[in-house]
Amino acid sequence: MNQIDGLIALGIVLIAAVMMAVFAFLAQRSPFHFRDIASFRQIRRAVSMVVEDGSRLHISLGRGSLLTPFGAVALAGLSMLRQLGETTSLSDRPPISTTGDPVINLLAQETLRTAQEAVDRDKAFDATQGRITGMTPFSYVAGAMPYIRDDQVSTNVLIGNYGVEVALLAEAAEREGAAVIAASDYLPAQAVLFVATPSPLIGEELFAAGAYQQAGNFHSASLRVQDIFRWVIIVAILIGILLKLVNLL
Amino acid sequence: MKRISSAAYAIIAISTGTLVLLGYFLPQVAPFQMILLDWAVILSGFAVFVGVGNLFSVHYTKIRTRSKGYLYSFATLISMLTILLLGFVGALGFSVFTEVENVLLNGIMIPVEISLMAVLAVTLVYSSIRLLRDRVNVKSIVFILTVLFILLGAASSPWINALPFLGNFRLIISQVFATGGARGILIGVALGALMTGLRIFFGADRPYGGK
Repeated sequence: MNQIDGLIALGIVLIAAVMMAVFAFLAQRSPFHFRDIASFRQIRRAVSMVVEDGSRLHISLGRGSLLTPFGAVALAGLSMLRQLGETTSLSDRPPISTTGDPVINLLAQETLRTAQEAVDRDKAFDATQGRITGMTPFSYVAGAMPYIRDDQVSTNVLIGNYGVEVALLAEAAEREGAAVIAASDYLPAQAVLFVATPSPLIGEELFAAGAYQQAGNFHSASLRVQDIFRWVIIVAILIGILLKLVNLL
Repeated sequence: MKRISSAAYAIIAISTGTLVLLGYFLPQVAPFQMILLDWAVILSGFAVFVGVGNLFSVHYTKIRTRSKGYLYSFATLISMLTILLLGFVGALGFSVFTEVENVLLNGIMIPVEISLMAVLAVTLVYSSIRLLRDRVNVKSIVFILTVLFILLGAASSPWINALPFLGNFRLIISQVFATGGARGILIGVALGALMTGLRIFFGADRPYGGK
């Protein structure tokens, strides 16, 4: 990255940060409304079912490591884990998380512990609720599949960095008659999830989970800024096409 | 006390994030960034040990409580301990044990993963059929037709390749529509990643604990 590219990137980050702070302040006064996404509606319904029938929620966070560019999707998954963990901690069977990365597993345990303490301080936290199942793509899937089958899981939220092997997890959940809501940042996995699950989250929708779960003003604000940036990029691409058509670029 | 420690975690996380972020743009901060990233690598290496402990603990609990499928947990623990032992003994200079470890890896682990890939292929075909049965809408039909065209175009059959329109159609799909769509999705994912990072930067998301 040369100096000009670096300054442009820093500028984008600073503008995004300022816009996020401003929109978070505005969201405090009047909440933003976003379009309906079927998967998030399904998550709310499935999570209510978990609490009502005393079954278990399984959140799979994939294999994204924080030391790679795939870390962001794992962090989005942890944010989802926090929200859903808080809602389902009072269920007869506490939620479990599975992951293929040891650092994310530690964070998942901490997130589940915080979520449980938010609703019930006296109950001791069981660290085995956060589980590492395997560190290669297929060993991770092979390790996570038995939990879907044996732990009375009624809802599976698969949100993280996966390859095409995620279809095996989705299929295992379908076979058990459990609800599946899935999202990945990897394009082939998204294509596979389109086939294997009823309503997958495509593209950046997986980063919108917090805003749709009413996780706070910053989540709504970040989604609003994301939308604005996307429109800016669309307009920039269209201007580029026009300039190219008239041979000015 | 908890509030103070929660605030301290947030301050450490935000200041570390600031230094790492600035290290990409300001050469003066880059050395600090490198030190912090080195620490992160060392910590993540140690986290592997903790992860192995977690794997052991989960399966040991399953065996102890005779939970459903505990025999698989037993097999997992036996395999894990065997490989661990072979690795340690091999590291002490007994090369025979290292060879046994390699044979176990190449003879069990890799074939099992390849078998899962084969199962995956069958699963995807089955899922595609179920897609047409359960979700008959425009998106599903376009998806399946596109898959079929690309598969036909990729086939090495001479009579299929002789069809002039098929090759062009495949190129248009894969190099115009698919590439355009993929770039659009990737731009969206990149923006989402930026916003996720900023939320942690602001302390709105705290995966390290605390409200």
